[in-house]
Amino acid sequence: MRKVAVIGVGNSKFGNRSDVNVAELAFEAVKPSLEDAGISAKNVEFVAIGTAGAGAWYEELLPAVVAAEYCGLTKAGLMRCEAACASSSAAFQAAYSTIASGQADIAMALGVEKMREIDTPTAMEWIGRAGYYLWEFHNFGLTFPAYYALHATAHMAKFGTTEEDLALVAVKNHKYGSMNPIAHLQNRITVDDVLSSMVIASPLKLFDCCPMTDGSAAVILASEEKVKELGIDTPVWVAGIGYSSGTANLSKRLDYVGLEASVQAAQMAYKMAGIAPSQVDFAEFHDCFTIAEIMAYEDLGFCPKGEGAKLIREGQTEIGGKIPVNMDGGLKAKGHPIGTTGCSMIYEVTKQLREEAVERGRQVPLKNYIGLAHNVGGTGHYCYVTILRR
Amino acid sequence: MSSMPTIKSREIKIVQDIPISKTLKFWEGLKEGKVYATKCKKCGKVYFPPSADCPECLSSEMDWIELSSEAEIETFTHVVVRPTTFQQYKPYTVAIGKLKEGVRVLAWLTGFKLSQISVGMKVKLVAKISPEGYATYEFVPP
Ligand SMILES: [Zn+2]
Repeated sequence: MRKVAVIGVGNSKFGNRSDVNVAELAFEAVKPSLEDAGISAKNVEFVAIGTAGAGAWYEELLPAVVAAEYCGLTKAGLMRCEAACASSSAAFQAAYSTIASGQADIAMALGVEKMREIDTPTAMEWIGRAGYYLWEFHNFGLTFPAYYALHATAHMAKFGTTEEDLALVAVKNHKYGSMNPIAHLQNRITVDDVLSSMVIASPLKLFDCCPMTDGSAAVILASEEKVKELGIDTPVWVAGIGYSSGTANLSKRLDYVGLEASVQAAQMAYKMAGIAPSQVDFAEFHDCFTIAEIMAYEDLGFCPKGEGAKLIREGQTEIGGKIPVNMDGGLKAKGHPIGTTGCSMIYEVTKQLREEAVERGRQVPLKNYIGLAHNVGGTGHYCYVTILRR
Repeated sequence: MSSMPTIKSREIKIVQDIPISKTLKFWEGLKEGKVYATKCKKCGKVYFPPSADCPECLSSEMDWIELSSEAEIETFTHVVVRPTTFQQYKPYTVAIGKLKEGVRVLAWLTGFKLSQISVGMKVKLVAKISPEGYATYEFVPP
């Protein structure tokens, strides 16, 4: 396997982007990623696009060809990856493998999602169906917040995690989101704001949930040879990638206090990178709902199972704590354009590792120059963990 | 949807015909008030939701077994914000219960006030035909 580096990243403004269609939105990430790498679209040999809602919450059924044509990437090897909310981490894995295997020297992973072209109940419908339609949606109307609410109830019953603990995750992520100009939600909130917001699926309330967001993110990867040839100043190396999956039916899981796929993907990534969790300087954790971030602290080995709430209560996941988490605002405040999130996490980890262009107040202190991105698809249906090192 | 200028896509209506020939006994059973699972004749593994094939041993020889109705709640949520096709219902409670046979079932939990529901509570699994005619099953007070 050859060494692979991230050499260019781009991220659109996240939010309600009804000013652009899916192709135009993709361009907003592709352009800065190409400029960052100092290459042209013609140099990209392979493109993997992560997007989940093609034909459902936006109109194009083959968004990869549409976006590639619009961005001048036609003729590159092209595929669309679907791994629900981890779709562009899957695309990153595909682009990485293409280079590591020696098939290409420059590849792109692109995430793009348009979630705001349909009304909210219909969006809830599509995302709710994204589990096992036949057995868990058809008769029972399980929504995406409800999937995570089932985990929150179990975690609270078993470990005494409280609604206030969940609220602290939202408060932290809004705080850092308010410093991030590309974030969808830039308002700071309080624990009381979270607790008094309307119930979506008990015990989760509106401010426990990520917003419906449009956005795109692009990552350009290159072989070691190409990094030298292009004279890239600060390559960020892919040190480890891990992946796993969980059952479609939630009723087939052994418990509801964590995501087994996260545990397995993390172990695989740590092993490949040859590191322990304690060597990670900072992380992007998949916080589509507040309970998800607390479970990730535990599943990825930053505290023992059941002690996630303690980490947030003690401020250990803020800058200055043991492991700063989601310094871009996370899915909770930056927003969660489903298929885009994986590449957007890589964008943030890369920027942090380069110590560049990160707004004052949210640059993490770096000791080992190692960052981690944890991206879950669905409710532990898919999981990808990517470790980058400068 | 938007304050920005947009054009409307052409409207389509989608309804899929979902095959149930291999699990017909389950769907018929619901109408008779029974909830069936399958059990692999070769390796003995029990499947709920019922499966016509066994991924453990790759056999497709299955027995139908009627599930006991005794279940214990492992987790639950009260769904207030509902999807398009569930708008006509009042907020509903979804729970996962573990049955004596070792399988778990996800279904609506009815007949309780939300404040009465807790993890570890004993409930009963029953087959049901919904007012709209959907064959389904739910947890109710024992
Ligand atoms: Zn078998």
